[in-house]
Amino acid sequence: MGYVAVTGGQDAIDASIELLREYRSGGKLPVDTEILRDRMKLLIDRVMSEAGLYAPDYAALALKQCEGSTEEAVFLLRAYRSTLSRNYTSRTVHGDEMHIRRRISSAFKDIPGGQMLGPTYDYVHRLLNFSLTEEKEEELQQWRAAFEEKAAQAGEVSLSDTAPRVLDLLRQEGLLEQVQEDRSEPCDVTMENLPLPAPRSAILQTLTRADTGFVSGLAYSDIRGFGMSHPTIGELRYGSLEIEVDYPLEGGGVWYVGEIFVTEVEGLMGARAGGEGIGVGYGCVFGRNDTKAIAMSVLDHALTLSIDSPTSDMEFVLLHGDCLEMNGFISHLKLPHYVTFQSKLDGLRNRKRSLEHEGND
Amino acid sequence: MKETINGSEYNFAFLDEGSKREIRRAILHAIAVPGYQVPFGSRELPIGRGWGTGGIQLTMSLIGPDDILKVIDQGNDDSVNAVSIKRLISATTGVKTTTDAAEADIIQSRHRVPEEPLREDQVLVLQVPTPEPLRSVDAHEAVTRQLHADAEYTGIWVNLFEQLLTRGSPFRGADHPVMTDGRYVMNPSPIPRYDNPKLNQAQCLFLFGAGREKKIYAVPPYTDVKSLAFEDYPFRQEDMSGRKCRLCGAENVYFDEMFDSQTGERFYQCSDTGYCLKRREAQESKEGDKAHG
Amino acid sequence: MDKRTPVMEGKNITVRFGDGCSYCRSHPELEKGRCPVCHTIWGVRDVSFQLYPGEILGIVGESGSGKSTLLKTLYFDQAATSGGAYLSLYQDGQKNILEASSQQKRYLRNHLMGMVYQNPMLGLRMKLSSGSNVAEKLIAAGNRNAGSMIDRSTELLEHVEIPTERMRDQPRVFSGGMQQRVQISKAIANNPPILLLDEVTTGLDLSVQAKVLDLIRSIQEELGIAMMIVSHDLAVIRMMSDRTMVMLGGRVVEEGLTDQILEDPLHEYTQTLVSSLL
Repeated sequence: MGYVAVTGGQDAIDASIELLREYRSGGKLPVDTEILRDRMKLLIDRVMSEAGLYAPDYAALALKQCEGSTEEAVFLLRAYRSTLSRNYTSRTVHGDEMHIRRRISSAFKDIPGGQMLGPTYDYVHRLLNFSLTEEKEEELQQWRAAFEEKAAQAGEVSLSDTAPRVLDLLRQEGLLEQVQEDRSEPCDVTMENLPLPAPRSAILQTLTRADTGFVSGLAYSDIRGFGMSHPTIGELRYGSLEIEVDYPLEGGGVWYVGEIFVTEVEGLMGARAGGEGIGVGYGCVFGRNDTKAIAMSVLDHALTLSIDSPTSDMEFVLLHGDCLEMNGFISHLKLPHYVTFQSKLDGLRNRKRSLEHEGND
Repeated sequence: MKETINGSEYNFAFLDEGSKREIRRAILHAIAVPGYQVPFGSRELPIGRGWGTGGIQLTMSLIGPDDILKVIDQGNDDSVNAVSIKRLISATTGVKTTTDAAEADIIQSRHRVPEEPLREDQVLVLQVPTPEPLRSVDAHEAVTRQLHADAEYTGIWVNLFEQLLTRGSPFRGADHPVMTDGRYVMNPSPIPRYDNPKLNQAQCLFLFGAGREKKIYAVPPYTDVKSLAFEDYPFRQEDMSGRKCRLCGAENVYFDEMFDSQTGERFYQCSDTGYCLKRREAQESKEGDKAHG
Repeated sequence: MDKRTPVMEGKNITVRFGDGCSYCRSHPELEKGRCPVCHTIWGVRDVSFQLYPGEILGIVGESGSGKSTLLKTLYFDQAATSGGAYLSLYQDGQKNILEASSQQKRYLRNHLMGMVYQNPMLGLRMKLSSGSNVAEKLIAAGNRNAGSMIDRSTELLEHVEIPTERMRDQPRVFSGGMQQRVQISKAIANNPPILLLDEVTTGLDLSVQAKVLDLIRSIQEELGIAMMIVSHDLAVIRMMSDRTMVMLGGRVVEEGLTDQILEDPLHEYTQTLVSSLL
């Protein structure tokens, strides 16, 4: 049997792209990127987190462009980012200066500054709400107006919207594992090849940009029995951080350039080998994504252990979770491999012939 | 029987009758072989896996319209997760709920056994995160099933020995494993060791549900349940002596430890909030009687 | 016990990977035990042997000759295709242990046989302290007294020159030689009459090799354990074993007293092996 060489590639591609447009424009209603941005917040958060680019409007645009595929949207944002020059590096942002919207601890009931559930699906019963199919925008807006009024009447919250870290309590008591402070310049894996073994800054950056499902699945395998990093959530907080850059001209000072929303987690676990006290795993991701942030803290900790577990294998964890890399390599399998496969077949046929020959001796 | 939520109709106790019957059959199997983990077709619920779905499925499959339900989380009737579960069950059944352990027919609990001893006509449903006591010995289900079949528990004892050798105590903080009916080593769910002895020769039925791991197991009434311990290190509960509840004055119960971050003062409160409330109500009515008398 | 009653006897043990075909079934002498027609590998082929009380039986052969597969089969890490193994101390030597139930196998592994692997990862639990590694055998034998197990583990580890203060350390932080010594102390924890050793010195420095071999020798003399020692290194076999079997392509091609085999090798392969040693 011979193979027919595939030709006419350009025409096929053009037709395919035309067809994509046809698929994207199905139905009668247009997709408004503003709606995507404001009403599909968690999807936007996920795309920004995996893209490593905080840009809600562009994330919405990307989703519109690719029929809502997170994989493609992340791809679009990453590719776009490559076109931008990096003019500034922000000042270090401290998580304890976060304007908190949600804050919980599974370790302590009472924490200084208090626990605040904030917006969470955790305690929502996941029942399809069929009445939403007939939801009236007007009624919704009325409800919002009433809600805002109620919130205004409740008055200024007496509590400050920032809070000290739960971890500081344990640190003061001397219960945390002692670790060497690392003041070296953080590595940026978008600007240089991931060094191996990777410094912690590279580990954290790689994990926060990694595919949500990959990070969560690996962390699940770890805590279910294949690893040793089952955490108690010391603190999980969600809120906004102010981003500032140094004023570039004579005279100094800082510029406020905007705020970003992040979820930050500190997980309490065992000490690494030879260490004493409570070990800490850290997770921080763009947007509202508790699961990814917690999973990240599990993997951050697992990578400090030298045990025989898939999640403690640095290369296994860090080299396989990037959305672009994993999807790129898997999808490349669809490319023609006619030549390599042909040579594989040839080898197999030769081998079979020679063995038949030997067997007849 | 139908119940309505958000204008949609659901079967009584959410699950369809066929599923409930299947779960009840697994429960009977579990009761017949104490401590044995019966695999079952765990259903998806409107609450997250790992948030008590095993317990909820047990409760849902057992509950009837006249039953009274109590739900607690770490001893607390008002904790968010207990409230969430209670809401789901009462919304889909219309049953009455209570905080009084003595009044409840079914008590669903996460991580505590109530202080008041339960009776023969009561069921305690415990939510289980990790049903497999051998999971730390081998991560593979096929291996741990074989080990149970062979009653081969060396690995668990080795782990306890390791803990003794490296940390000075062979006891786990919570979920300390027990030998049930002299046959199966079982995780009692992450209850404090303080609660372990309550499982032994109890009057009530204990049911354990692990929704994510898809297992049901049971300790029927009047079953021997022995906490694992080396001969020369007898089993020890957490030391609660010298502590007193600052609300109801109870002693010899399991306490939550609290700090006043302002004064740095440390105080104790009953972990079983229903029990604490009941005691305080009794004290108030006694004082009321005195005042009137 | 009669000195001439073997503590272990292997009868026609075969371990095959693949179904075999008419060609390889009728050709016992396959190169590397591999069938050129159906690709079946005859890892161990029709091997019989006797292990006598207190002796050291050496098994030598090149890599892929089936010597380690034979040992792993006897310790149940590898299933046999056919054949049998019998222990005089187990069910009067009547039970084919290769067909034992998982519980029976566990008993045999914990009480009657010890195994020391080339790769310490197979013989030790790297997440546990060395003390617990040794105690595992005691627990498996039914001991539930922690104090007595701590004492016995200390004693066993001292015996192989692991200092008591290293008892709480995990063997993964130990050197290769130390890991092998922990494995040995674990393997003899319940005084088994039989010890199986699979390439235990391979990969160790020469000076460390000598120390480990000395230790094995002294344990053998002290406890009178019968041993089967597998090695590709004829020097190890010469130093340690009373009798030797030479394996090639899954089969035993020659066996006899070690001295005799070294002085007067009959099989062509053994001759090559011996000449390389001199």
